[in-house]
Amino acid sequence: MSGLASKPALRVTGLRKAYQDVVAVNGLDLEVRAGECFGLLGPNGAGKTTTVEICEGLTAPDSGEVELLGLHWASDEKQLRQRLGIQLQDTQLSEKLTVYETLRLFRSFFDQGPGADEAIALVQLEEKKNSRVGNLSGGQKQRLALACALVGDPDFLFLDEPTTGLDPQARRQLWELIEQFKSSGRTILLTTHYMDEAERLCERVAIMDNGKQIALGTARELIASICAEHMVAFSAGTNAGALDIPALRKINGIRDVRSENGTVEMQVTELHLAVPALLAELARQSIPLTELSTHSATLEDVFVSLTGRHLRDE
Amino acid sequence: MSETAAILGPQVAVGERKAPRGKRLAEHPLVQLTIVRFLETLREPEALFWIFAFPILLAAGLGIAFRNRPAEVLKIATITPELTQSLQREKLLAVQQLDMATAEEALRTGKVALLAVPGPNGAVVYRYDDTNPEGRAARMLADRAVQQAAGRVDPVSSTDVLMREPGSRYIDFLIPGLLGMNLMGSAIWGMGFTVVDARRKKLLKRLVATPMPKQYFLLSYVLSRILMLVAEVGIVLGFGAWIFHVPVRGSLLHLAVVCLLGSLTFSALGLLLASRAKTIEAASGLMNAVMLPMWIASGVFFSAQRFPDVVQPIIKALPLTAAIDALRANMLQGANLVQLAPQMAVLSAWLVVCFVLALKLFRWR
Repeated sequence: MSGLASKPALRVTGLRKAYQDVVAVNGLDLEVRAGECFGLLGPNGAGKTTTVEICEGLTAPDSGEVELLGLHWASDEKQLRQRLGIQLQDTQLSEKLTVYETLRLFRSFFDQGPGADEAIALVQLEEKKNSRVGNLSGGQKQRLALACALVGDPDFLFLDEPTTGLDPQARRQLWELIEQFKSSGRTILLTTHYMDEAERLCERVAIMDNGKQIALGTARELIASICAEHMVAFSAGTNAGALDIPALRKINGIRDVRSENGTVEMQVTELHLAVPALLAELARQSIPLTELSTHSATLEDVFVSLTGRHLRDE
Repeated sequence: MSETAAILGPQVAVGERKAPRGKRLAEHPLVQLTIVRFLETLREPEALFWIFAFPILLAAGLGIAFRNRPAEVLKIATITPELTQSLQREKLLAVQQLDMATAEEALRTGKVALLAVPGPNGAVVYRYDDTNPEGRAARMLADRAVQQAAGRVDPVSSTDVLMREPGSRYIDFLIPGLLGMNLMGSAIWGMGFTVVDARRKKLLKRLVATPMPKQYFLLSYVLSRILMLVAEVGIVLGFGAWIFHVPVRGSLLHLAVVCLLGSLTFSALGLLLASRAKTIEAASGLMNAVMLPMWIASGVFFSAQRFPDVVQPIIKALPLTAAIDALRANMLQGANLVQLAPQMAVLSAWLVVCFVLALKLFRWR
């Protein structure tokens, strides 16, 4: 382990990739340390999937370099394929095969790794072992896809939006499986547009937007970087037009104010001082509150503060 | 240590991964890919219908429709008892005596092929459609019966010897045609749809992301095709032999070689057609555009010789024509592979060209 830790598991330098008229990845540098779970975060179209597929050797970059486990795609493809576990975004596995048959097939491609039965146990699909893939729920299909990525006993695992489209319970179940895999000391590169997913699973996170990295660090560091611990949001309903926003900005402890469709969002450092002051100010402006909420700042708020947009905006 | 760690074991450092151990045959990727491919086909009821049931239904339907009837009896009508009596001497005619209006109606609607009415001075008038072969045949039979009833004696005596040999009937012509059509259809559809579907679902891309040797993927299609082929050919031939006594006069081994080469050629063509398409609709249009002309021109249902001489070289160069000609020559004339060299050459040429092009054009995503 210590020998691995000294060298990054993945090093990407100066990566560029353009499709016809869209620049998907625009000069990206990344370093994933051995044994960590690294999150690549960003809205749809940020270039996450293109980046990951270049790292997986499925897409050729226009320029830039990828060094994975100390190997290169051009010279060591065979060796790399044996050592990677890959889960692609929305692959549909053959619906007519059973869970067991699917895993037995994927296992046959690898020199080593758990058997089909063991892989089924890993992702807790024992009860569905002989069910057709077409009859699985979304969460079960994602777990099967994860098992297909694990049958080669990978040193490096790529997960491209593993929980997109799943219900909260299925997501939590998948997170637990990923956490178990993490505890075996292997490296993971995970893309997601769910901030809570990145906060829970990833040691370090890179935020991508328009093909570039706009922030890098642990979730805690990134949240600290916006110098606000709390987010306060209120709704002024029909009186939103009458609101004096510059006056709100002057309140002690309020750092940034953003107004959208009658909802006002603020970054706040000292909640206990800012909220009473805010209420007083709104009373002064005779604006009745229809809704008030606060939450601790998240990576979502980091993204909004960096780009002025929400992550989930299409 | 978590459950996962327990199953996967501790991570090994770079270069320490186990050397590939000897695998059992069942764990070989090619075997697994072939099994999976075969299972997928078996679990597709529609595909099984088109491959197995459809050619048999078609053969049965056409075999019955075009069966050689034992001496067909023609229906005719008269309006007088005298004429009815003389015409009843002819066993190949079924005579009905009707009133004039009903008789005319029956002739007009094709219920009878001919209407015989008395003319002036004991003459007979035959009313029939001379563009209808049944009408012309009825005219000859009816006239012979009328003349003989009136006392005509033929100057030359004649005897009939009947030939009803298996091998020269329509069903004998049809079964090799259907076999060829089936070889083409199942290979092109089997190859085309599944490859395009796997590409559309990004399953191809997922497979390329594993260490799977790519040639195994294509090879598994060929192997599962050969497995299906045995059943496919066996069922059509068996059905033809059992129900219609269609002969196989050539060597069965040579017939198997023709079927195998034909199936490989059409698989290569199917692979070529599926090499780029991203949607089932696009692939389907392409496949139909390629297959439809061959269904018509290559002599499945009727002899390709009926087309003008100018286009004969083109028709002869089509893979389905070559396959069907070879199957017919083997089954009906007992031709061996040496005699089938021209057809085998055409099939081989298509196989090589399609396969090389398909490999060049093939997209995994």
